[in-house]
Parts: sequence; structure tokens; C-alpha cells
Amino acid sequence: MIKIDVDMAVCQHYGQCVFEAPTVFTLNADDKLEYLASVDDSLLAEVESAIDVCPMQAIRIVE
Amino acid sequence: MAPEADAQPAPVIIVGAAMGGLRTAEALRKAGYTGALTVIGEEIHAPYNRPPLSKDALSTGVTHEAVAFPQRPATADVDWLLGVRVSSASLAAKTVTTTDGVSHPFRALVIATGIRPRRVIPSVSEGPRSLSGRHTVRTLDDAMALRDELVPGARVVVAGSGFIGCEVAATATKLGCEVTVVSPSSRPIIRPLGPVLAAELQRRHEAHGVLFRLGRSIAVIEGDTRLTGIVLDDGSRLAADVLVEAIGSDCNSDWLAGTGLDIANGVLADAGMRAIDVDGNAHDDVYVVGDIARFPNALFDDVARRVEHWNIPTDTGKRAGAVLGAWLAGDAAFTEALALPFTPMPAFWSNQFDIGIQAYGLPGLADSIRQLEGDLAGDCIFGYYRGTRLVGVVGLGMKAALLPYRQQIATAEAEAATTAR
Repeated sequence: MIKIDVDMAVCQHYGQCVFEAPTVFTLNADDKLEYLASVDDSLLAEVESAIDVCPMQAIRIVE
Repeated sequence: MAPEADAQPAPVIIVGAAMGGLRTAEALRKAGYTGALTVIGEEIHAPYNRPPLSKDALSTGVTHEAVAFPQRPATADVDWLLGVRVSSASLAAKTVTTTDGVSHPFRALVIATGIRPRRVIPSVSEGPRSLSGRHTVRTLDDAMALRDELVPGARVVVAGSGFIGCEVAATATKLGCEVTVVSPSSRPIIRPLGPVLAAELQRRHEAHGVLFRLGRSIAVIEGDTRLTGIVLDDGSRLAADVLVEAIGSDCNSDWLAGTGLDIANGVLADAGMRAIDVDGNAHDDVYVVGDIARFPNALFDDVARRVEHWNIPTDTGKRAGAVLGAWLAGDAAFTEALALPFTPMPAFWSNQFDIGIQAYGLPGLADSIRQLEGDLAGDCIFGYYRGTRLVGVVGLGMKAALLPYRQQIATAEAEAATTAR
């Protein structure tokens, strides 16, 4: 499993990650980011892409 | 192809060690290239994220650690030459030369040298360029130097009313500075926002105490060793402790003079990010990435444009890395990689006071603008149309509501492209 952490103090809810990994990240009706904190290894490439496109660089994979 | 039998092949050299260079290096490794890879960068810092530099980093303090991109195992063996400037290149000899006189042979070259802030040239007289109090905001060092001067009560003049200018104006105001924005434009960020949204943005800035001197340019920068004031072209004078120069940018393409590449505006590239020379030939061993790349995007049309949005170095870097990686792997892979469509969705964001601006597409292409949703004084969405086609969308707030419009830009354009065939 991949463990994901988003620093919600840094996140500006831009939602770029949503396009790269839609099964992991979503914007809710209040424009706030929601995400799965733990996902299958098969999603690694998508999660890395989501990390790349975050303008705030708020997403990381927890070692 | 049996490189092991010969001398060690020259490395792939990426000139430019910012986000675009990093993403290209990662994409090359992902594409299977395991050979030598050298990244040469003028700044001493390993690649870092620039957006915070005009925003949070100015208010909370800024360190390289806070903004550095994480390094991945795939690029652990990249040779980083930092604090080194490339002065020239020869595509025939396949070398780049650094300012210390060293010639570096390359197997393939990636151009990712980006842009630099354009400096203010007053119409009448200019104090020394080194006048303390004059600042730009591009690099980490720039931001650190500016941060030290944004103290409560400081009189700050921001030259330029684009995104960077408005972000710095907001941040400096929040830090207690007295801020005046000077710009020849009629409204802040009028390109690409358009007059209605730009007027609203100005109203919100003014409500927070920012002063605007629009339709004006700088005639005189006063001061001997330290900035003391700015005289505008109407003769009025602004006492000033700090001048932030955010009037636009120039491409770092000087080192490519004499290479035969088309460097009229940035560096021309095709949709595979291969560099194009003045005779119109694409170079399979030379690629262009990031702000400096002028490339076509079939999402819109076949016109090559430079796009200075944050997502572009990543998108073009991944594309260039994939195509170059395929070229290094052999003909079949190369043909296949080049044939894949490359249609990155331009995206930009800005935070100014409590205003969250988010946009997709190229609003600047529009010939008409319509308010699509919301309330102009609160949260709202504007659509930017070329003919009947949505080419851009800008939201104040309403981030989730923007997403279907982003999809519409991507889909409508895809349909148009199919019909045109």
C-alpha cells in the first residue's frame, strides 16, 4: 500500500491532483480537497503525477 | 548500436536546473534511458518551486528547504553542475561551453534556461542598477532579498500590474507596507482577465489599501546608493523605499546565438518539443522545455506560442523526456512517441488577499468574454470564447464548479480538430 499525506495547512484546494489521480483525490462541493490516505501500489504512477502537478507541493508519499 | 564497444557516449545535457530540467531528467529515466545525464544550472540551488516566492514565502520567511522539490531515486545519479552558466553552444560540434571556458560534449541537448525578469528602464533617468531597494522576484535569492525589506511602513512601488506584480502588492500590503502599483495598463491583469474581471480585481485590491497609478510609466528612479523615490511620466513623485520590478520577462536564449535555432521569441519547437531551426528543420537531438519553449498546442490551433504558466515546464519536460528517451532507444520507439498527441491544458492560479483566482485554457485568445456563473462581487466564473468555442475559463473561488468547463475546453477543441480534418 502507498500511504499519502497532504499538508492541509499548505493545500490551496486547486484540484490539479484530481486530474492526475481521480480515484485518489476529489474536490467536494465546498471546494475542499478530499483524498484517500492509503491506496494500492498499482496507483503509484498516478500519485507521483499528482505530486508533480501540485502548485503548492503539498502532497507526499509517506515513507 | 553498441555503445559499450566504443568509448563512453557523451551525456545528455540539460541546460537549466529548475522545474523543467528536473521533470525532463525524471522523464528520461522513466523512458528507459540509463546513460549519463548532466544538468547545468546557473543558480546554486537544486530545483525548487517558484510560486510561493511572490506569496507565502515573502510573508513567512523563505528557505530552500521549504520550497525544494523532492529528489527521486530515479534521478539520484544525475550529475548536477550548479552555479555554472552556459555561455554558448554548437549543435555541429555537439558541445556547450560554460563561462569558465570548459567545453562539455553532449549526445543530446535539452534547452530549459527559462526567462528572467525584464528590468525597468526609466524614460528620463535611472539610478545605478545596483541601487539598493530595487528588486525583482524570480529566484529564491530574489525573494530572500526582497523579504528583508518588506517591513511595516515601508513605501513600496510595484512596477507592473500582472500576476507577479499583484501578488507582491497583496503580500506587501499584508506585511504592513504602503503599496502603490504603477503600470501602463488601464487595469491590473487586464490580459488575460479582460476588463470586467480586471476592474473587480482592482476594486478588491483598493479595498485593502493598494493604490494604483495606471496608464503611467516610470520616468526617473531617484537615489545615489539607496532608492529614495520614483517620478512618473506625468511629473508626479512617489517617495519609495522599495521598487519591485515585475514588468514582464525576457528569454534566456542569448547562449544559443549562432546555433541556427529559431530564437526570435524563446526557442521554437514542434509538438514533440524538438528544437526547430531557422530553415524549419526539427533536430532529433535538441529539445526545448518550459517557459522558453514556443510550441504548438493542438488543443487550440497550430500556432506556436510561449506559455508562462506553472504547469508548462512539467508538461513539456515530461513530453521532451519521453520523446528524447524514445529517440535514444531507437527508430521504432521514436516514431511511436512522436505520433502521440501533445495537448497540455494551460492552468494558472493566483492568491491575492482573500481572492483565489484559478484559470484553464488560454483566455488571452478570446474575442468575447461572458460571465457564466456566480456574483462578480463574490465568487464567479467567466468564460472566454474564440468564436463560439470556449478557449479559456477563469474563476474567483468556485474551484469545483470550474472543472466541467475545463473538460469543455478540452473536449470542444478535440471535436473541432476532428471536424477540421
